[in-house]
Amino acid sequence: MSILYPFIGIIGIISLVTIGIEVLRWYFLFGVIIPYAALIAFIAGFIYRVLKWARSPVPFHIPTVCGQGKSLPWIKANNIDSPSSGTGLIKRMALEVLLFRSLFWNERVELKRAHQLLYRRNLYLWLGGLAFHWSLFIILFRHLRFFLEPVPSVVLVVRFLDGIFQSIVPVIYTSDVIIAAALIYLFLRRVTDPRIRYLSLPSDYVAILLLLSVVFSGILMRLFYRVDLVKVKEWAMGMLNFHPALPEGVGLLFYIHLFFAALLIAYFPLSKLMHMAGIFLSPTMNLKNDSRMRRHVNPWDYPVKVHTYEQWEGEFREAMKEVGLPVEKE
Amino acid sequence: MAEDEANQPEERLRIDHTPPARNWMAPGVEFRKGTYCYPGAQKHLNYLELPNPREWQPGDEDWKLPENWKEIVLAGMKDRLSRDRAFGLFLDICVRCGACADKCHFFIGSGDPKNMPVLRTELLRSVYRRYFTLSGRIFGKLAGARELTQDVLKEWFSYFYQCTECRRCSVFCPYGIDTAEITMMGRELLDLVGCNINWVIEPASNCYRTGNHLGVPPHAFKSTMEFAVDEIEENTGIRVEAPINRKGAEVLFIAPSADYFASPHWYTLLGYLMLFHEIGLDYTWSAYASEGGNFGLFHSKELAKRLNAKIYDEAKRLGVKWVLGGECGHMWRVIHQYMDTFNGPADFLEEPVSPITGTPFDNASSTKMVHICEFTADLIENDRLKLDPSRNDQWRVTFHDSCNPARGMGLIEEPRYILDHVCNHFYEMPDNTIKERTFCCGSGAGLGADENMETRLRGGFPRANAVKYVQEEHGVNLLVCICAIDKAAFPPLLEYWVPGVEVGGVHELVGNALVMEGEKERTTDLRGESLVGEEGRADV
Repeated sequence: MSILYPFIGIIGIISLVTIGIEVLRWYFLFGVIIPYAALIAFIAGFIYRVLKWARSPVPFHIPTVCGQGKSLPWIKANNIDSPSSGTGLIKRMALEVLLFRSLFWNERVELKRAHQLLYRRNLYLWLGGLAFHWSLFIILFRHLRFFLEPVPSVVLVVRFLDGIFQSIVPVIYTSDVIIAAALIYLFLRRVTDPRIRYLSLPSDYVAILLLLSVVFSGILMRLFYRVDLVKVKEWAMGMLNFHPALPEGVGLLFYIHLFFAALLIAYFPLSKLMHMAGIFLSPTMNLKNDSRMRRHVNPWDYPVKVHTYEQWEGEFREAMKEVGLPVEKE
Repeated sequence: MAEDEANQPEERLRIDHTPPARNWMAPGVEFRKGTYCYPGAQKHLNYLELPNPREWQPGDEDWKLPENWKEIVLAGMKDRLSRDRAFGLFLDICVRCGACADKCHFFIGSGDPKNMPVLRTELLRSVYRRYFTLSGRIFGKLAGARELTQDVLKEWFSYFYQCTECRRCSVFCPYGIDTAEITMMGRELLDLVGCNINWVIEPASNCYRTGNHLGVPPHAFKSTMEFAVDEIEENTGIRVEAPINRKGAEVLFIAPSADYFASPHWYTLLGYLMLFHEIGLDYTWSAYASEGGNFGLFHSKELAKRLNAKIYDEAKRLGVKWVLGGECGHMWRVIHQYMDTFNGPADFLEEPVSPITGTPFDNASSTKMVHICEFTADLIENDRLKLDPSRNDQWRVTFHDSCNPARGMGLIEEPRYILDHVCNHFYEMPDNTIKERTFCCGSGAGLGADENMETRLRGGFPRANAVKYVQEEHGVNLLVCICAIDKAAFPPLLEYWVPGVEVGGVHELVGNALVMEGEKERTTDLRGESLVGEEGRADV
């Protein structure tokens, strides 16, 4: 059920853009206004969400410790999974953000038969997630050539490397293939694994389907409906310089790709995709395991009612004296 | 008869981990006998001045909530969102990747899909979306948002009291989302309208009044200590001291109260007392701060702070230099991650230095409280203890990492180092079930009651299953742990799943192995069992 709505939505969006471009010829709306609006929504929403998190304090020191803490000098501490120094913490965060370390540990548990639980290393989610995120990053990086003039050589190098298999299969970027495969895997996993399907929400399908739509419209543009890239670049530079000019003769597919991309970035701050920023603020990850070495201050700490020693001794004084326990007041 | 059959382990292990086809969003919860805990008793709520004391049962239709319960809960949520980044962040950034799904012992043992950590959190997250996010307010159910109804509240009560705040899911989460944090918040919200469990409230109330969870008054505390001293004398011929409320001692020692009032904790207590005597530690117990554990943590941060305050207060009153803490799990979560923030700075104490070895405990330089395993490991490393590990030859030992020392503080190698020196037969359980990936006993965070035994047995199954593995592979007959809840929870659990495995503490084995100056020849261990090689000698 929850998967049906997003599907209908995607088809609706394609029809909408088709009518808007082919019938109504609202080029300015789809080529200029919507991209600007989406970008504004993205930037403002992103900042708003991050500030909202940042505004609430971290009252307690709660890192999730995943290794030996620093204690006696002769016990080998694990400075990455239980970081006690700044470098350890940076390594922990970097491994998590760049290589998805926690997912690398993932395992699947199975009750093979009564009394036999099996734990099997399961790297599919790690692999799928890593493949998707890294190819997305490379694709976005490649897109910089539309927005920068002159194009930095590093962008060209990445683009060249990404296209290295083009000697075998023309016009195919490696990252395009990987991202499509990874997204399809992540989508199928959500649909076919009964547990993941059970815990998935419509919004989870929205995110994947939106990404898939952006990716496929992009790939199609390269493969079948070639778009004049010089015109696209002129448009992109114009947008960047606030002198928007409509691209001539780029065709419907470009507008569909652009519209999906705009939707995605506008949706970004409203959604779970904000995990991109959130991970850096996660207090179980970004704190050192040094809470007995350095005091963590709670900014809203307030005095609480306690049962004092005097109250306590007041209740038990006679009995204490009888058994010879020392008392403060005779 | 039919019930007996259903209670057999094999029957309980017919677990289906495939969730139903029906969507989870319609709240539905059934309070079946054996699966839930009784609610907090009125008199204890009154004593602690907590909201809405009343007579009720989770199975009742009417939970006698205050008329404006919904406003109270939502206001509480708003307040906590603004005061704790982790709460809002963890509600916002989950992508439902499902990595945590089969990491929870309650899910593995029960197959109940709402025990998948992600879904346990969705129970609360859905309400958060409805009232605190734009997409939830606009798109409602489509965006995964739910109205807060009494049924939803009941569901919270059921599932936040089927979480032991063990943090195992957090290890596997790519963002470190910690269900323990969510459960803590969920329980705080429930508490605002008076929904909590007696197995948390009564110990907390006892602890507030008498100084310890079990409600042991000071004179009884003294006599139980004397009893322990007598027992040690009987076993070793040496009369140790157990000073209480002694001003001017160098060290204040605080253990969980179960250590001096429950079995098999008792033998760990004997081990502490023997060790302190042998090294001549200048120390004292306190009858006022006679509890290291903190059931307040399982209710709210505020109650945790109220109970925790007496540790520093007593250290100050007695004029000690630093504090030493015994074998306990969540006690160490509180001490390692919360105490300094709650009730510090402990500027009236000194940075801890072992008076025996001169080793400074730099890792505790601010909080000024040292774990007994750190302390003892340092003694052994500096060769200050004479140990005869063969006195533990009756045991084939495995070590259970308690959740909080492992994932809350990173105390992993110290107890292993000690065990390495005090016993000859030590075997690790499979890697997926130890250290940072350790499985909870299933009874932590206040769930160790009798009435919820079904839930406890299921939650404890993954751990027990790993114990069964080392029992079959290596003949393990003793599970050693450093947590008082473990020591109370495991005996019935293992008797059910893995008959033939006993439960003990690290310092029990230290006590057995410790060669004390002037001791008589020992023929039994601290449990009064004949030592290996000693059996039958009495008959000769």
